[in-house]
Amino acid sequence: MAADLNAFITEATIEGDADAEGPLAGATVAVKDNISTEGIRTTCGSEMLADYVPPYSATVVDRLTDAGATVVGKANMDEFGMGTTTETSAFGPTRNPADPERVPGGSSGGSAAAVAAGEADLALGSDTGGSVRCPAAFCGVVGIKPTYGLVSRYGLVAYANSLEQIGPIAGTVEEAAAALDVIAGPDPNDGTTRDLAEVDGADPDASYAAAADGDVDGLTVGIPTELFEGADERVVETVEAAIAGLESRGAETAEISLPSVEHAVQAYYVIAMAEASSNLARFDGVRYGTRSESDGNWNESFAETREEGFGAEVKRRILLGTYALSAGYHDKYYEKAQDARAWVRQDFEEAFADVDVIASPTMPVLPFELGESLDDPLRMYLADANTTPVNLANLPAISVPAGEADGLPVGLQIVGPKFDEETVIRAASAVEAAD
Amino acid sequence: MSDTSESTGDAGAGESGDPDSPAGSDAAAVDAEEVRHVAELARVRLADNEVEAFAAQFGDILDYFEALDEVPETEREEELVNVMRPDEVESGLSQEEALSNAEETEDGYFVGPKVS
Repeated sequence: MAADLNAFITEATIEGDADAEGPLAGATVAVKDNISTEGIRTTCGSEMLADYVPPYSATVVDRLTDAGATVVGKANMDEFGMGTTTETSAFGPTRNPADPERVPGGSSGGSAAAVAAGEADLALGSDTGGSVRCPAAFCGVVGIKPTYGLVSRYGLVAYANSLEQIGPIAGTVEEAAAALDVIAGPDPNDGTTRDLAEVDGADPDASYAAAADGDVDGLTVGIPTELFEGADERVVETVEAAIAGLESRGAETAEISLPSVEHAVQAYYVIAMAEASSNLARFDGVRYGTRSESDGNWNESFAETREEGFGAEVKRRILLGTYALSAGYHDKYYEKAQDARAWVRQDFEEAFADVDVIASPTMPVLPFELGESLDDPLRMYLADANTTPVNLANLPAISVPAGEADGLPVGLQIVGPKFDEETVIRAASAVEAAD
Repeated sequence: MSDTSESTGDAGAGESGDPDSPAGSDAAAVDAEEVRHVAELARVRLADNEVEAFAAQFGDILDYFEALDEVPETEREEELVNVMRPDEVESGLSQEEALSNAEETEDGYFVGPKVS
């Protein structure tokens, strides 16, 4: 079964601390292959890094093993995190355990598939525009995208720094929250991490696992019309039934409007591609990574190495990012995208003055069939309409199974205010309890 | 208030021999030559069939990005601060570790392609 799904690029073990006690003692964890593991190759799903072996581990990996979890393998992913289906991996696509003819979602598809198939208790993914929540929704498991700054990115191979966070994937909200308890917290090696003691309104002693108590009595759930419009009817029905379950447990709902989200996908892609074009400049084949046999000068060798090492989606994004930042186009694309980002942030802030959390479908569609979206990048980009606003606003969000439509998993997304992971987790656990 | 494409056409157009459309109105149409130019800036060599495919796709994707023109100018209150730490010597990678993934090394250095 394991080989059929292709959930792992490398199966290798890092033993957890045997003396550790607590919720992760003895747990197995799949780590997305863009998170560095000392002595175990870390490919980012790319030919470019097929033989790259990091000399150090990411902070999150050290924290998991210190807490007793054992790493069992490096999970398959879209190349450098660029994709919504885990089909752009240089190591072949991962299949969805719920239906092997369909994709597991991306870009952390291997991580979600490993958990859904029981090949690991937990997994780590990274979420730049929805890459933890999307595969969690498609595979019928739970995925958390933490507030930007809650979890260290040290050792995560950067794609778009201002957007991405590492997040846990698990079978239940409580298990995912327990993993978040372990990986969250400031890291001297990552200047973008925040100490919750210094954040207004945040609780430095928060226990995320304890927040999974299913108690939503008196909670107000905002329903943004924009994130339901245009979604597949089967998805909408399933999500609405899950929201009705929240109401039956004492939550109130309120219709809200987030007009800015209509432009979020465009803003997300412009910003992500711009940051990618800069971040991926490091892959020159000199210090690490594949190097072409070119006899040319530095620039020719560099260009040839990158022609051979990168797949189509990665080239597409580097080129579009370079274009959007080039003379004459910077103001038209990049500056306008930053305006849109600020607008999205304001929209959410205003909404949270009236509601505690915001609920919507995680993905507007059911899982794609393998190969369905590969030749049409725009179609794939549009599938990220509901998840990207959260990354632009740096907010916490969770995808929790809402039920099934035509036998396929549907995810419900719950978004909360900055550093209010506890309320998001509490609401998600009530969705599980209402089943 | 809205930032029209005309206003972006004046500055920087002469820089680095940029061949981008001077008209500016039909900005989303991308031809093969433009794709090659951007690929050169990005140091990514492309096969001819890739150039053709990207030219077609970029037109569609950039058309879609045009919707950003409708975004109102927004006040950005970013709380960006520099995060500094004391400049103290700490343990880091050994030279051997730092060189361990390089294709070619010599006397403790990376060996790169010739510069010219």
